[in-house]
Amino acid sequence: MTILQPRDAKQVTEAVAWALDSGTPLEIVGGGSKRGLGQPTTAEHQLDLSQLRGITLYEPEELVLTANPGTPLAEVEAVLAQRRQMLAFEPPALSLIYGDGTPTLGGIIACNLAGPRRLSSGAARDHLLGFHATTGRAERIKSGGRVMKNVTGYDLSKLMAGSYGTLAVLDEITVKVLPAPEKTRTVLLLGLDEAQGVAALCKGMGQPVDVSGAAHLPADVAARSAVDYVRNAGTSVTALRLEGPGPSVEDRCRHLRLAFKAQSEELHSVNSTTLWRELREVALLPRDPALAIWKLSVPPTAAPAVVGRIRGHSPGVATFYDWSGGLVFLALPAGTDAAHAVVRGALQEEGGHATLLRAPDAVRQAVFAFHPQPPALAALTARVKDAFDPKGILNPGRMG
Amino acid sequence: MQMPAPDQAVLARREELVRGFRAIVPGEGVIADEDGMRPYECDALSAYRQLPMVVVLPETVQQIAEILKLCQRLGAKVVPRGGGTSLSGGSLPLADGVLLAMGKFNRVLEIDYANRCARVQPGVTNLAISKAVEHEGFYYAPDPSSQIACSIGGNVAENSGGVHCLKYGLTTNNLLGIEMVLMSGEIVKLGGKHLDSDGYDLLGVLTGSEGLLGVITEVTVRLLKKPPVARAMLLGFDTEEAAGECVAAIIANGIIPAGLEMMDRDAVHAAEAFCHAGYPLNVAALLIAELDGPQAEVDHLIAALERLARDRGASVVRVSTSEAERLAFWAGRKAAFPAVGRLSPDYFCMDGTIPRGRLPEVLTRIRELSKHHGLRVVNVFHAGDGNLHPLILFDANQPDELHRAEELGADILKLCVEVGGVLTGEHGVGVEKRDLMGTMFNEIDLNQQMRLKCAFDPDHLLNPGKVFPTLHRCAELGRLHVSGGRLPFPDLPRF
Ligand SMILES: Cc1cc2nc3c(=O)[nH]c(=O)nc-3n(C[C@H](O)[C@H](O)[C@H](O)COP(=O)(O)OP(=O)(O)OC[C@H]3O[C@@H](n4cnc5c(N)ncnc54)[C@H](O)[C@@H]3O)c2cc1C
Repeated sequence: MTILQPRDAKQVTEAVAWALDSGTPLEIVGGGSKRGLGQPTTAEHQLDLSQLRGITLYEPEELVLTANPGTPLAEVEAVLAQRRQMLAFEPPALSLIYGDGTPTLGGIIACNLAGPRRLSSGAARDHLLGFHATTGRAERIKSGGRVMKNVTGYDLSKLMAGSYGTLAVLDEITVKVLPAPEKTRTVLLLGLDEAQGVAALCKGMGQPVDVSGAAHLPADVAARSAVDYVRNAGTSVTALRLEGPGPSVEDRCRHLRLAFKAQSEELHSVNSTTLWRELREVALLPRDPALAIWKLSVPPTAAPAVVGRIRGHSPGVATFYDWSGGLVFLALPAGTDAAHAVVRGALQEEGGHATLLRAPDAVRQAVFAFHPQPPALAALTARVKDAFDPKGILNPGRMG
Repeated sequence: MQMPAPDQAVLARREELVRGFRAIVPGEGVIADEDGMRPYECDALSAYRQLPMVVVLPETVQQIAEILKLCQRLGAKVVPRGGGTSLSGGSLPLADGVLLAMGKFNRVLEIDYANRCARVQPGVTNLAISKAVEHEGFYYAPDPSSQIACSIGGNVAENSGGVHCLKYGLTTNNLLGIEMVLMSGEIVKLGGKHLDSDGYDLLGVLTGSEGLLGVITEVTVRLLKKPPVARAMLLGFDTEEAAGECVAAIIANGIIPAGLEMMDRDAVHAAEAFCHAGYPLNVAALLIAELDGPQAEVDHLIAALERLARDRGASVVRVSTSEAERLAFWAGRKAAFPAVGRLSPDYFCMDGTIPRGRLPEVLTRIRELSKHHGLRVVNVFHAGDGNLHPLILFDANQPDELHRAEELGADILKLCVEVGGVLTGEHGVGVEKRDLMGTMFNEIDLNQQMRLKCAFDPDHLLNPGKVFPTLHRCAELGRLHVSGGRLPFPDLPRF
């Protein structure tokens, strides 16, 4: 195996040109921390972007940051924190799921990952303002820009986010950044079953209090939290997060607690931050590597019924709900096929998709990680891939 | 501005097409007489007019699929049209093209409060969505000033913004799903009531695609709960520079207002004369800021903004004290285009975006350009996100003025690109900025965008002549020049 390690954009293009000419497919790697996500690629050689790193522009008053793709996510976040700013989509590192490797900005964008705040602030796709990249045709293109509003030409940033390096190799990324909230608090409701919990989340989202995180943790999952109050609740925990200027957060907390006439509790700064980090990192599911972990995106109110159907076949499921119920994480015995037919069948009716986040290697070979598409969409997707990477040299097999 | 020469072979088949459409769309849905087609001859960029070959008003998705299949088979071009309010000529008809008017797709199909979304047909107006849900305290956030007339399908096609997109995002940030029909007649659904895609984000690609990729036949939008309190502030300054600095200071202090607009002296005067908003007339620049949220937050932020504005020498600070007054503050801004329109027989509305910090410099240079071309420019901006709307005043009946206005417009947009900005923030490229695409993108960039178009519409039949300055055949674009033996990077580290 050859590992190519470009240090600038020109070398990226050269490497892809060589791959194209010689018919050598490449695996595109940032910090290698998400190699377990999606389908394993069949490429034998690597284009390693970890040395193409560094923040090249940061203008806090313009809410904009430009960096090379290999820049560690932690570095970006640290620099932003110094100016009380953040990546508002709350990108997860997922190292508890995938183990080692350094999460990079490029990897986060390429996988379009977002945490609990996706609900109110959007996903990575919503914060990518522009990029430079080399396509599978070995041509360096740019799209978007550094300004907040831009409809000049097709929005290729959306296409890049979530394309897992199968269309082009990003060499420069410009993102929108936002002020970090001054204060965070979480309102907790205890003892609701899953249907009641999701209903409460939806009710909370329907209050004019700008909820920025809405999750339901069944009792067994809550019991794994490092936050005393959640761990020792002895029952399920339904959590709604409020963020913003101090007086505003206090006011909205009061409003929200009044709306739920039931008894409720509050988590303040550190505890609140810890809980949402645990949720973002999927830290509260059982760690057993023999389990398969699924991520489901569904209409929020449908989530409990979808989980109910899966549980009917696979009683040992551990689960929790984020995004007001719209995001469901499930851990179940991997078996030989991660119960994919059951999981995907369960959301057929209400719509959505199920992504296999992690499974033992043999299972990953057998089960398609991404949700199967209807024929017309699948054909369109293949034509889009062909438009960027006609010879299939970038991460072949990664998305199927 | 030149449109591609009409295809005589297609024009010769006009009767055949009209007959075909009549077989698909019953009754009055096919308009082929000149008088009937007249209302469709332009959009809001009315300097450019063209009668289409025929107008079709379908009522069902199946009809659209049949229409597109027929057009594909006969090689006829198709221009989708929603409310016809495009400011970039996006829905300008083609002489050899079918105008596909979506006006009959005007139903709200489903409102789902628990999942906070609404499923609507594309011809529903932007405002009608908010109206349909306001009794439950919800609304649809993107609010273009044209919201009583523009359609949600057009909003998706243009990725439209509005005065509140600083905090709440553009159309693209507020969509969950669409259904579309490709030129082949295939019906494709993207998204739904759930978030994000685990395949390529084609929903994101369709948004802002200016009717070039597919005909949108259904839209699922996110609904938001109305904030309990919203108050607007007027902040007047003696110089445009001071107003610009105040905008930068607000953002730098971690405050993202719901809206943050700026108008120059001429725009303020025109708006005040037009709708008596109560604007101060003795200022060089006026900021309108809106703060929304719970009472405590709004109070807190208003105090902060007042402090920041006074520190930068604001001569006027007024806060709305009632809902009526808040709406009056906005009425002037929302009517700014028609108000300025009264100053002059014609105007062009530019739409460049710049890095906010370059605002003072860009304003100075716009003044110089205005003088150079001998045409007046009035400035209205979405200051919070650096999106400028310089309005160029001219009289198309004066020899050469249209041409000079086009030139001045081009110079202003080139200036935006030069300082690190872009040609269009929300109005789209259309025909208006088509020939300027080369100032932002090189041939490689544009060819790649066209290859994406080819994946959706291999014969370039959907809305051609818009967005791209020159069209290359898809077969040509797909060709790959593999040079063989390009020698690998002597300096590239490898292991
Ligand atoms: C006074 C005024 C104020 C405005 N203010 C704003 C503003 O604040 N913010 C802003 O962003 N814009 C603004 N605009 C511009 C315009 O209103 C928007 O671009 C709007 O989204 C156009 O919608 P429409 O339905 O009128 O589309 P049309 O003008 O009919 O069409 C626009 C484009 O969309 C395509 N299209 C329309 N429907 C479909 C469909 N169903 N499927 C596929 N393609 C379709 C057309 O082919 C065309 O390319 C303003 C315009 C005016 C006249």
